[in-house]
Amino acid sequence: MRHDHIISAKQLSRGDIETVLDRAADIAADPGAFADRHSDTLLGLLFFEPSTRTKMSFTTAMKRLGGDIVDMGSVESSSVKKGESLADTVRVVEGYTDALVLRHPMEGSAKMASEFVDVPLVNAGDGAGQHPTQTLLDLYTIRENAGFDDLTIGIMGDLKYGRTVHSLAHALTTVDASQHFISPESLQLPRSVRYDLHEAGAGVREHTELDEILPELDVLYVTRIQAERFPDESEYREVAGQYQIDAATLEAAKDDLTVMHPLPRVDEIAHDVDETTHAQYFQQAHNGVPVRMALLDLMLGGGQ
Amino acid sequence: MSDNDQQLRVSKIRNGTVLDHIAGGQALNVLAILGIDGTSGDSVSVAMNMPSDRLGHKDVVKVEGRELSQDEVDVLSLIAPAATINIIRDYDVIEKRRVERPSVVEGVLECPNHNCITTEDEPVDSRFAVGDDGVRCEYCDTIIRDDLPAHILAE
Repeated sequence: MRHDHIISAKQLSRGDIETVLDRAADIAADPGAFADRHSDTLLGLLFFEPSTRTKMSFTTAMKRLGGDIVDMGSVESSSVKKGESLADTVRVVEGYTDALVLRHPMEGSAKMASEFVDVPLVNAGDGAGQHPTQTLLDLYTIRENAGFDDLTIGIMGDLKYGRTVHSLAHALTTVDASQHFISPESLQLPRSVRYDLHEAGAGVREHTELDEILPELDVLYVTRIQAERFPDESEYREVAGQYQIDAATLEAAKDDLTVMHPLPRVDEIAHDVDETTHAQYFQQAHNGVPVRMALLDLMLGGGQ
Repeated sequence: MSDNDQQLRVSKIRNGTVLDHIAGGQALNVLAILGIDGTSGDSVSVAMNMPSDRLGHKDVVKVEGRELSQDEVDVLSLIAPAATINIIRDYDVIEKRRVERPSVVEGVLECPNHNCITTEDEPVDSRFAVGDDGVRCEYCDTIIRDDLPAHILAE
């Protein structure tokens, strides 16, 4: 795999994906073997939006590879507050570091930023656009639990604005997956994603209720429906309530159903699901470290 | 009435470009896309909604003193796919061309997604990939299918 920048799941072939996941599996099996792999490497973190998991797992990944991170800190304490453009910020910071990780609230920001720098840049979320490293750890979790052959997956919640959904749906077109999308009508997949799935020959099956499809699923990927997407609180509560699951809901599912969530969750997965064998979302979050280690290792030219 | 007679209605030009067979009503958008606003001092003639055998109604634009390149006119294919380009020297047509659909248009359309980075004050032009039935922002993936003229960037 050789990509200068990781901007979108769309750029990843099945071969690329398998290469990253295989490397992640090697790392997970023997992390010590990779401990000094990149001891001279500094990774620049540019997070223009709040992040816990992504930022901490990139930090952990770089440190576990023997390197270190340089963090821009919050927007409030940076020169962005003085009106600096993103293009200028990344051009400055690339001079300090060997690679960059960028999260930014606007769509297309990572692609634009990548056009201004020579060091590898990873998109850690651009508005409602893409989040390819989340997708890689999602795929790792799916491969570990359900495999990529004859996979039936349901993706539920906010499919319109959820960037993890857009990235994952693209990536799943490279494997033998049947994708079902479960959401209120107002939060269905955007036209561009629908178009790409169609172009890739993937069937888009949309549902407004989970019940119709739950018994067939190998994986259920749940996302959060955000209150700010609705005109008022009562409408939000009514709609969001239909897309919450608990242990009782899952009685209709296959015994080996894997339930995933990019986290943070609010109340779309009840806590009683945590105790079931279906729950994989915490393991999914943990997988972010070996997967990001693998990606950084490959991007930075770690042993072929 | 032949095309040549119609062109005469808005005086011949000596040197420059005649854009003919523009879809009726699109002449001002054509000028906007080409960045021709009259401030250069050269003569610009516009005839709108002229009868046309091929199009029903067509617009014609004549630009004195400027020979438009193929790259410059190809972007017109988005709003005037039937347009023909005549390069004029000393009152004679020395070259006739058609617009060809480009694979990408840069700095011509404004992304309708207000959360697209190209709408911010960044040193980047909008860039759209041109497909069979629409254009697509290369930064945020937003697809525009209808009413492209409404998305032409104001100068």
